[in-house]
Amino acid sequence: MSAHLRRRWMLTTGALAASAVLLAGCTSNTPEPQDEEDGGDTAQGATSNNDETGETVTIGFSAPAADHGWMGAITRAALDEAAKYDDVELVVAEATNDVNLQISQVETFINDGVDAIVLLPFDGAALTEVATEAMEAGIAVVNVDREFASPFAARTTVLGDNYGMGVSAGTYICEQVGDNPDAVVAEIAGIDSLPLTQDRSQGFADALADCGLDVDNRVAADFTVQGGQSAAANLLQAAPQIDALWNHDDDQGVGVLAAIDEAGRDEFLMVGGAGSANVMRAIQADDSVLKATVIYPSTQAADGIRLARLIVQGKALSDLVEVEVPRTVQLYAPVVTKENVEEYLPTAFES
Amino acid sequence: MSEQTPPGLATAGSIPPDPDDPVRMQRTGPTATASHGPSPSGAWRRLVAGGAGRNLGLVVALLLICAVGVATAGERFASVDNLMTILRLAAIYGVLAIGMTFVITGGGIDLSVGSVLGLSTVWASTLATQTMARETHWAVIVFTALAVGVVAGLVNGVLIAYGKVVAFIATLAMLVAARGLAEVIANRRTQIVDVPAFLDVFRADVLGVSVLVWIFVVVAVAAWVVFNRTTFGRRTLAVGGNPEAARLAGIDVRRHTMWLYALSGLTAGIAGVMMLARTTAGSSTNGQLYELEAIAIVVIGGTLLAGGRGTIVGTVIGAVIFATLANVFTQNNLSISAQSVAKGAIIVVAVLLQQRFAARHRST
Repeated sequence: MSAHLRRRWMLTTGALAASAVLLAGCTSNTPEPQDEEDGGDTAQGATSNNDETGETVTIGFSAPAADHGWMGAITRAALDEAAKYDDVELVVAEATNDVNLQISQVETFINDGVDAIVLLPFDGAALTEVATEAMEAGIAVVNVDREFASPFAARTTVLGDNYGMGVSAGTYICEQVGDNPDAVVAEIAGIDSLPLTQDRSQGFADALADCGLDVDNRVAADFTVQGGQSAAANLLQAAPQIDALWNHDDDQGVGVLAAIDEAGRDEFLMVGGAGSANVMRAIQADDSVLKATVIYPSTQAADGIRLARLIVQGKALSDLVEVEVPRTVQLYAPVVTKENVEEYLPTAFES
Repeated sequence: MSEQTPPGLATAGSIPPDPDDPVRMQRTGPTATASHGPSPSGAWRRLVAGGAGRNLGLVVALLLICAVGVATAGERFASVDNLMTILRLAAIYGVLAIGMTFVITGGGIDLSVGSVLGLSTVWASTLATQTMARETHWAVIVFTALAVGVVAGLVNGVLIAYGKVVAFIATLAMLVAARGLAEVIANRRTQIVDVPAFLDVFRADVLGVSVLVWIFVVVAVAAWVVFNRTTFGRRTLAVGGNPEAARLAGIDVRRHTMWLYALSGLTAGIAGVMMLARTTAGSSTNGQLYELEAIAIVVIGGTLLAGGRGTIVGTVIGAVIFATLANVFTQNNLSISAQSVAKGAIIVVAVLLQQRFAARHRST
């Protein structure tokens, strides 16, 4: 190799390496650290001795792929919560949306003999058997968000209130447009195959029925921005005039809003779902069709981590009289509007 | 069957004898061995140039991943329980990939296997199927799943072989249609399997090994025999290597192609039964993106994507490699996203290595 060639080669390699470093730097999506609210959380439980360091608890955690703002926030909140406790050792297996793989991850936890498993299954029914195996092996399973098919599969279940979300959204829409019996109500659902979507839609329909309304146009998307965009575009084509629209999920809501913008429509009010930070900021600004959202807490898995720790250490919820951690904890689905948005913005998730 | 093999096939002119390929070695058997001579070093070289040599890169890759697993997770990785966890994970992908190996070796592609798997789990777990299974025999569920797979495969095969639709398009259409049909039948709900006899059989362990793994083993052995020791296997190679030459040699290429897709549908049905047993639930979301998993396994296994050369052993090792990789990542708390990057790298490295091995053996 001549000196000239070698120099050229080195130059090329150097340039390549430099661009690789540059590219790698550009992949970072981490926002500026915001820990204003972190300190407050730990202080809340300080009324009891539950937060005192006890025996070390190894917790296996598995959730579907963080391909969605809410799901990403679930995992992030769980990791943050575990990091607050010196006596919690968290083993994370980030699953894909492939139940076959998620089952094998739970099997790995069983092999490793963890003390507890906090599990947000991609499909509750599909993970039931392996969770039951874990319970039989003496591991406390805390089921989060998507329920197992059998009560033997989990020690404790932390649930959002999907039906309640629908009820909250429906009741709010009734308050806003209920005096018009011909009001056109539209609904953009999430993934229809999930029981949670069916529950939300049922609650929505039941609440609307209370004030004599029903869902006139309903489409299902897939919890993605892109899916929300195309579902909403179709819906807006199908319904030339709408009075109220409920979108199940704020992540797909980004796409829904894009489609609404594209169609130049603003004759209706829109209610979101889940409660992402950008939606809450839009509600606060009050300059779009978005007037409210119903919360589906993204801190459920973090609650699951806390409960798993208490169960293994033989502690109970200090604010209850019970000696044991409850069997089921169901969270509330409040409506966030311009009036109360400040209260909820700190716990909202960034999508 | 073998006497039906037309004499022209053995010397089908446009397919050059490939020293890497044990099947073609057999086909050109007498002359090849005569020229090499029966010396022991020749036999060794044949072994290395044959299956063992071609799969050497794969075995090395698998051992490397295992070494990483042992180094990072120690006894947690190197335990019998963990081995079983890996094999149970590999079983379903592996069975799919074995069917895919036949199709790809025959010069085609089947993008529909994941959807067909999903459809078969749904169809085999409907209320009607389950009721019938409870009243008669659990085999009803198995039969339904396999029948759904075979019929879907036959539709693919007829469209491709007789309808002259490009395989990519025909199976892409099936991918979309089967998923949609599964959603229609299941009404997008998860159907829980409540047939105790079925679950007892398929969720059991035999000799300490899960029935699912045994199914994988049986399918792999059967596929190896069909691929390497029957006319069907040889015809598959001939059709994939050069369809025109195969036709001139007297093979009914169209009919053979049709059966290849039916076979792939059958393995998708078998994988569907396994999925039902593993998850105890049929869902239209089952098997999403499994077609890509299967193709990746087949390709790192050493089967030529253009057809004409394939290996069942390589496919089986490929399936185990991906499952082991997933396990090592889980053991080490690493994210699935990082795993996907590693998987992509492994696919490229495996293919590059295989090309080098193949080139070296050709030059010696």
